[in-house]
Amino acid sequence: MTGFALHRRQILKAALADRGDTLFVTGLGSATWDLASLGDRPENFYLWGAMGNSVMIGLGIATSRPDRRVVVITGDGEMLMGLTALTTIGARRPGNLAICVLDNERYTETGRQPTATGLGTDLAAVAAACGFPVTATLRTESEASRLGELLLRTPGPVFAVAKVIDEPLPMAVPPRDGGYLKTRFRTALLGEAAATLP
Amino acid sequence: MDDHWSSAAHRHFTAAGVRQVAYVPDAGLTRLIERCREDNAIETVMCATEEEGIGLAAGAWLGGHKSAMLMQSSGVGNTINAIASLITSAHFPLFTIVTMRGQWGEGNPWQVPMGQAVASVLQAVGVKTFEAQTNEDAGAMIEAGLRMAYSTDQAIAVLVSQRVIGSKVWVVGEKEGGR
Repeated sequence: MTGFALHRRQILKAALADRGDTLFVTGLGSATWDLASLGDRPENFYLWGAMGNSVMIGLGIATSRPDRRVVVITGDGEMLMGLTALTTIGARRPGNLAICVLDNERYTETGRQPTATGLGTDLAAVAAACGFPVTATLRTESEASRLGELLLRTPGPVFAVAKVIDEPLPMAVPPRDGGYLKTRFRTALLGEAAATLP
Repeated sequence: MDDHWSSAAHRHFTAAGVRQVAYVPDAGLTRLIERCREDNAIETVMCATEEEGIGLAAGAWLGGHKSAMLMQSSGVGNTINAIASLITSAHFPLFTIVTMRGQWGEGNPWQVPMGQAVASVLQAVGVKTFEAQTNEDAGAMIEAGLRMAYSTDQAIAVLVSQRVIGSKVWVVGEKEGGR
């Protein structure tokens, strides 16, 4: 497919400029490097594994903290592996959850092999069919200017796909110790006492 | 007081402060799922596949909620990478109840291999397993397992034997979905 115009880190940086204390989960691989490139913070829970699980982790956080915005940033390969979760989220419709798929139609980490999103699967249409009230596929700069509003402020669940250029970017490597990332996130959200006592 | 293990499980969920329950339906879990769905203090999340419930449990804990995951033994196979990669590597607590098939008096050959593999497969990825052979075992193990999971940041599975739940018998001409 031709005509990709969007640079993943540029649109993410612009969309998340006023992210405040928003809680983030990233799917492993490029999405983790992308969010880390904007600056590490305790409210970012990066996945380094568990492929296919990012949006369900987002649902668990969103369910426990309905007062906080939860945004999942992931890639097309990771989303495809956990597609059933869209039926689960569509059935519950959490208003504070937004999902952003940075879709380059490639399994980037494993060698840029094509994914099904370039061969027929329309992820936003899948989400809409599962009951997501707000879905979008962003292809142009003008369309991408909506991304921040969709992810941070639009009542959800929101499912936004940005069709992005397949481009090699420098890795931004966040902490990889899962126990550290978990406790750091919980401490930021719950306070140290609640985060460290059973 | 109702002494069915499902009622005990629900009481222990309440006492432990479980706030989210993920499940994939199973006949043996019907009563417990109903109890949880009727409880306004518990958010029940019906999952399409068991792997989803593992992600939910991790997310719930990140947000400050204790959770429980309910599934049939066949579903355990769907959870393994998520447990190994997410729960075990990041030391998340996990509490799951597995209703067993493929063991005591099983009538469906397709259930036997996974049912027989459940305990060793879970143990291989770091889950501690308690195997309940009686109704009383199940209640006690659920109470102890919940406490252990959330006091020690461990993954605990209580496997409720087919001997407790009852074996499924197929009879030609019987209505589908009946018990």
